[in-house]
Amino acid sequence: MAEHFQLKCRECGKLWGNQARSFCEECLSPLEVVYDLEAIRPVFTRKNIEAGPNNLWRYSALLPLPDGYQATLPTGFTPLVQARRLGKKLGASQLYVKNDAVCFPTLSFKDRVVATALAAARRFGFQVVSCSSTGNLANAVAAQAAREGFDAWIFIPADLEPAKITGTQVFGAKLVRIAGNYDQVNRLCSQIAEKFNWGFVNVNLRPYYAEGSKTVGYEIAEQLGWRLPDNIVVPMAGGSLITKIRKAFNELIALGLVEEKKVKFFGAQATGCSPISDAVKRNLDRFEPQKPATIARSLAIGNPADGFYASRAIRDSGGWAEDVSDADIVKGIQLLAEHEGIFTETAGGVTTGVTQKLIQQGYINPSEITVACITGNGLKTIDAISQEYTLTPAIEPRLSVFESFINDRMVAVAGN
Amino acid sequence: MKITVEIPTALRRFTDGVQSIECGSATLPELMSEIESRFPAISKHLRDDAGQVRRFINIYVNEEDIRFLGGDSYKFREGDRVLVVPSIAGGAPSNACG
Repeated sequence: MAEHFQLKCRECGKLWGNQARSFCEECLSPLEVVYDLEAIRPVFTRKNIEAGPNNLWRYSALLPLPDGYQATLPTGFTPLVQARRLGKKLGASQLYVKNDAVCFPTLSFKDRVVATALAAARRFGFQVVSCSSTGNLANAVAAQAAREGFDAWIFIPADLEPAKITGTQVFGAKLVRIAGNYDQVNRLCSQIAEKFNWGFVNVNLRPYYAEGSKTVGYEIAEQLGWRLPDNIVVPMAGGSLITKIRKAFNELIALGLVEEKKVKFFGAQATGCSPISDAVKRNLDRFEPQKPATIARSLAIGNPADGFYASRAIRDSGGWAEDVSDADIVKGIQLLAEHEGIFTETAGGVTTGVTQKLIQQGYINPSEITVACITGNGLKTIDAISQEYTLTPAIEPRLSVFESFINDRMVAVAGN
Repeated sequence: MKITVEIPTALRRFTDGVQSIECGSATLPELMSEIESRFPAISKHLRDDAGQVRRFINIYVNEEDIRFLGGDSYKFREGDRVLVVPSIAGGAPSNACG
């Protein structure tokens, strides 16, 4: 049976079949997986999807998987929760949080892209899988490589958060710390990928990897009862996720699973690394690269591979982009935690802070359905937030001591 | 003055397989013209219809993105190593050694 997908150049349109390749040799532009939607239409139905497993593999018909691929890892299908208390605080009546802080197995949305990337790595016969990473991808590649029996080589900026470093090493991956920022790591990996026959999930397997992000969009639509939101706020690092959620929504519309709706896409960045939001706000055709300086290290990509497409998707959708300071990132983490009980990493602080800003600025209509995409877990970036809290002295395990402790606290609170 | 330009695998079919070339240009626009005059077939792959370096090609000088060094106005220095890298690089290699 002929396959229902293959690689296509996003600029010149040349078709490349299926191979470990990320750019077109004619015009050096990126490749993307395209599908024969008419062939897929009979099987990609609400009924079939709902009868599928409770994970992202329920959408396998629109993922670039080899024939007969048997996935075993129950990744995805994370909660979409209505954020009533946060919504009230921000003045938004229909605010939802898509919570990939609890994605399986490594607590970020990168588990999704690695799931489809490793299917491609298996297909193309790689023994070694690899990536350049700001941390979450490192964790996800290392964990799934361990389970699937690949060797993993992971390249990271040397100064990543300790939890993301240990959370890579624990899976037995070879970790290479580079004295440089992510953009330098990524450039080095481009060169390594030319010399070594490795499956770099975000280099030569990038088109297959990026398709995994679509599952965020499919899930949001299904969890809203097979309808699209009016607005969606997505954090941007390399810029791929926001374009793939849009692709997912468009596929659902094309196949008749949801009613057509012009969803506004809003991109979120940290001010200390905001090449895409800068390009949107200044209406630039080409974004200007930046040297990242932000606590949101998972978003610290100054030369985003999909920056051009992300800014174009935002503009075409009628949306906007914004960025927030490091101080507001911390406040965003606290805002989400204190109102919804969700502890997100710095990237989620960016999303929450930007959502607040966009509502305040009037870009997001507060009575419409808005989804904020939380992509990572706060336990991985404790160092960004721990200074906000002090430890009280330990008290003796005696009731009278506690009573005097609480009296002191009440007096202190009343004094404020 | 001599600088060395490293050609990515994807473009070596236009340079008779040559991996690196020595050039004498002073700036990036001059360098593009110099490369194109030596390997005419490479031209449409390096620049778009408007003559600009294609959107998805990154140029590095000694590991630094040339856009941080002044872009087109950067003056090459003796011994500079120039890298041409597709922004999302890494095709299936023909000389794989891993």
